[in-house]
Formats: sequence, structure tokens, C-alpha cells
Amino acid sequence: MKGHTGIVIEGMRKRYGEGDTAVDALKDVNMRVMPGEVIGLIGPSGSGKSTLLKCLGAVVEPTAGRMTLGNKVIYNNGWLIKDLRALRRDNIGFVFQAPYLIPFLDVTDNVALLPMLAGRSNAESRKRAVELLEALDVAHRAKAMPSQLSGGEQQRVAIARALVNQPPVILADEPTAPLDSQRALSVIRILNQMAQQYQTAIIVVTHDEKIIPTFKRIYHIRDGGTHEETGEGKDLE
Amino acid sequence: MISLAARDVLHTWGKFVFTGVGLGLLIGVTLTMAGVYRGMVDDAKVLLNNSGADMWVVQKNTLGPYAEPSSIHDDLYRSILSMPGVARAANVTYLTMQVQQGERDVRAMVVGIIPDGPGEPGYLLAGRQITRSHYEAVADIATGFEMGQTIRIRRHNYTVVGLTRRMVSSGGDPMVFIPLRDAQEAQFLKDNDAIINERSRTAANPAFNRPEVLDAIISSQSSNPFVNAILVQIKPGFTAEKVAEPIRRWQKLQVYTRDQMEEILVAKLIATSSKQIGMFLVILAIVSAAIVAFIIYTLTMGKIREIAVLKLIGTRNRTIAGMIMQQAVGLGLIGFVVGKVSATIWAPMFPKYVLLEPGDALRGFIAIVIICILASLLAIRAALNVDPAEAIGG
Repeated sequence: MKGHTGIVIEGMRKRYGEGDTAVDALKDVNMRVMPGEVIGLIGPSGSGKSTLLKCLGAVVEPTAGRMTLGNKVIYNNGWLIKDLRALRRDNIGFVFQAPYLIPFLDVTDNVALLPMLAGRSNAESRKRAVELLEALDVAHRAKAMPSQLSGGEQQRVAIARALVNQPPVILADEPTAPLDSQRALSVIRILNQMAQQYQTAIIVVTHDEKIIPTFKRIYHIRDGGTHEETGEGKDLE
Repeated sequence: MISLAARDVLHTWGKFVFTGVGLGLLIGVTLTMAGVYRGMVDDAKVLLNNSGADMWVVQKNTLGPYAEPSSIHDDLYRSILSMPGVARAANVTYLTMQVQQGERDVRAMVVGIIPDGPGEPGYLLAGRQITRSHYEAVADIATGFEMGQTIRIRRHNYTVVGLTRRMVSSGGDPMVFIPLRDAQEAQFLKDNDAIINERSRTAANPAFNRPEVLDAIISSQSSNPFVNAILVQIKPGFTAEKVAEPIRRWQKLQVYTRDQMEEILVAKLIATSSKQIGMFLVILAIVSAAIVAFIIYTLTMGKIREIAVLKLIGTRNRTIAGMIMQQAVGLGLIGFVVGKVSATIWAPMFPKYVLLEPGDALRGFIAIVIICILASLLAIRAALNVDPAEAIGG
């Protein structure tokens, strides 16, 4: 999706419960991630990272705020889009801590499933999947089942799946947690390449000290609010 | 769009097939139970067909001769023959008993018939019909007798002169046909000790022990003038009911037409058995549904994380529900094929006739599909309740 504005969040709040038992998980979150940019979202446990990710992923409804995705305002103190499932399918890519590939689909179909769900033909979807697998250097495992792949290969397939519908934003939830240092950096390198190549805004939630120095911009989430910092932007080459 | 259900089944085909085989054996039992009922109904119809009768004349106020004991005098058939519309009439006796074949005995229905009259077996596999008045027999092949073998019935030996098949009682016991006189004797006559005892008792009674009276009474005790029914064939152009009505009125006997006798056999005689089998079918259907529900629910619960991911990445609920339902129906299809094949293989091994009707198989198939769809609802409900947010950590 070219020519979009990435993702912009303004004054996002999320409250769980009501009355005396109410908990404000997010108090005032403001973020802007531009196309082609990979930012880090870090914070201690319980700081609200996962809540924020779920709000950005349109699986939890914020209590208030405004969210723009691509060029479209999708939330303004309430969802403006009825079909959140289609919104997620077409506009948001997900990469998880574990790859969570579908175990009964081979690598190609794991990636091709999303465009198929969006109504594209099987042939077109698989063609697109193979192109991405080639770009991510796992095309040689295209017919393998997920259980036959290494952890790094599985994560690259998961990245291909997140990219296949060319969403304006990808949410990566601790994508390097199970990987060693070399593979973790490799995944971040791939995410940066893909962000550049497909002009995707990528938000990486992480605790991983190995990769935090690679971000040029970092959002610290603390006490339900975000604080922007400039990262080291360590060269990944 | 690829079939997620088929891919999942192929991925875990071993588990799926073994479960399907287990379910199939249960379905096989269900189909066999239905076949047992059909076999009973068919036996009843075959019994009526093979009798060659259009009407049964029996003792008044009884459902004889198959459902209740019936006893009528053996000379009544002559007056029946004189009734309008009657073409042929013949006495017949039925007695279910153990008949001896060497060291072993066989449970059979011994049928006393008049040679060349209504009631004799319609066709023979080997040999000939009974032609003599005594000591010949035609046996159903299911008795295990062979041509020329000797059958011991009560005090007499009978030579097998013919073999027939599918000649069974309403209870499924194979038939042995013997001459009517022999059958009457076998049915009503007592053993020698009992006869001596009876004569002594009669002689000891001063009311009977008078010249000529005692001989007459003893003579009447030594012969049997009763049969169970008269089989009647009607002339062309007459309806059974039209012929039956004057017999009922003038002869003071009960007359059943073919339809009425079928009603007695199917609706009354095997009604309890059919209810019993019906209960079995209901229980087996419930057990099958529980198994399918449990298996599909377990399989689905094992994929909760994948389902959460599928929902998160935009899979429609109906696609997920379809996947689960297709798997349940797939399990049912495997079960049906295994069940049908199993039932076909083991049905001939049953001692009584098991009739597997294509219509029952079709009804069974539809029932299985419906049961599988219903059984999958629990798993579908669980899957649809999965929160896509579960795929995101924290």
C-alpha cells in the first residue's frame, strides 16, 4: 500500500472494568509510525504493551482516542469500521513471539491463506506467496510443513504471511524472543528490508536487549503512557 | 480457497482414520440392528408367502396359528372347501421344537402338511416334495440337514427327501416339513409312560370304567383330531374378505386374510422386538453422537491457538465453523463406509436372517450426517468463542 501515512495514534485510552475496580491500562498513548519505518515499543511487564498491541490490532476496543491506519481514520472514540475482521486481514500484518504457523498447511499455503481469505484466486495467492518467500530466502522450503522448519525459517515464513496482503502496518509481538542473537538480528534486518521495500510501518514490541539498539526510534510505554526516544539505529549490516 | 478441513484431516489422518474406524464399527452395529429388525419383518412375510395361503382359518378368538395357539378339528377343512370362493383348503400344524440330528439337536419349526396342498414349500433346492403319508421330511437348509439324513422327531425317524431355503418361522427358526398325520402325532401325543398313566387314571374313574365307554374314551385319547389352522386358497374373481365373511359367520371360526395376518405378525408379534431394537438404535445414535462430539471437540480444543491466529488474520467465523463441521461430517463418512462394509461382512454370520436394505443404509447415512453436524455444534461454539486476542501474548 503505497502513499499512506502509516499509523497514527492520538490520546488513546483503555480502561478495564468499572467503578472502584477499574484499571486504566492505557492513559494517553500517542504514536506515529511512518511508512518504511521500524520502531521499537518497549516497557516493563504490565506496562500496557500487549493492551496497546491488541488495540492497534483491532482485537480490543480502546476506551477513547483516535487511530488512523493508512489514510483512513478507523477509530475515533469508537470504531468507524464495521468489519474489523476484514480490517485486520487487509490492513494489519501480525508477527508473533512464536510463529504460530498453521500446522496443517505447507509453507506456501500458510502465506497464501491470507490473500485467499481476501478472495484472491489460489494461483494468484500462491504466486504472491512464493515471491515473498523468495524475498525472505525461504522459497526452497515452500513445500515443507511448518514442523519441518527451523525456528528462524518459521519466523521468516510468519513475516511473509504478515506482508502478503501488503498491509500499511505490521505489529510484531516479541518476534525475536525464541531466537539466538544472530537470528534475532537477522529477523530485524529482514523487517527493516521489508519495511523499506513495501513501505510498511512496523511496530516491534520487544524486551530483547540484543535488538533494542537497532531501532532509530523507540516508544517507551510506562504507566499507560508513551514516551518517544531516539534510538541508536545500530547498523544491521 | 483451499479446504482447511481436508488439509487438517490429511495432516492428522492416522488419528482421524482410527477414530473413524471406531465410529464405523459402532455404525455397523447400528445398521445390523436395523437389519435384524428388517430380517424379522422379512421372515414374517416369507412365512406368509411360503404358506401359499390367501386366508388362515383358525380357532375362534385367537390370533393363531403363528401368534397364539390355535386348535381346530381336522375335518373342518371339508366344510371350508364347500364354501363359495374357496379353491383349495388344507390342514396345517406348526410346532417349534428341538429335532435330533445324530448327537446334536436343532431348533426348528416342524410343519405338518398335506402333500401337494397349500403349505408345502414353494420351491426346493434339492430332492423332491413329500409324497408319502409318513416318515418323510423336507428341511430348510439352515437346519444343517442334508439329503438322505435322518431326523429324529419325538419317537420317529424321518428321512430328508428334499431341501428348501428361506422357510423360517416368525421367530427365524428354520422349518422342517413332515406329513400332517405324523405332525399331529408329534404335536399332541404323549410318551408311552404318560399314555399308560392316563389310561390307568381313566380306568380308575368309576364314571368311565363301564363296558364300551372305557374303550371309547381310551380310543379318543389315543388319536389327535386337531390341527392348528386351515390354509385356504381362493378362486380367481373372489376377494379374500368376501370369502372370509361367510366362513366366520357359518363355521364359527376366525378367518384372517393375508393383510390381517401380516398385521398380526408385524405389528403384534414382533412389535416388542421392534421397540427393543428401536431403543437400541436410539441409544447407539446417542452414543455415536457423543463420540463424534467428543472427538471433534477434542480435536478443536487442540487447535485453539491456530483458531485464534486464523481469526486474528481475518478468517471468517463461517470458514472456521465450516472447517469443524466438514471434519465432523468427514468422520461420519469414514464411519459410515466402515460401518456399511462391516455390517455387510458380518451380517451373514448371524444365526437369524439380517436384511440390510439400501433404504436403511441411505436413512442411516442421512442420520449420521445430521448427527455429525449436531455433534460438531459444541466444538463450533467453543471455536467461535475463541478470542483472536489470545494469539497476541500478554
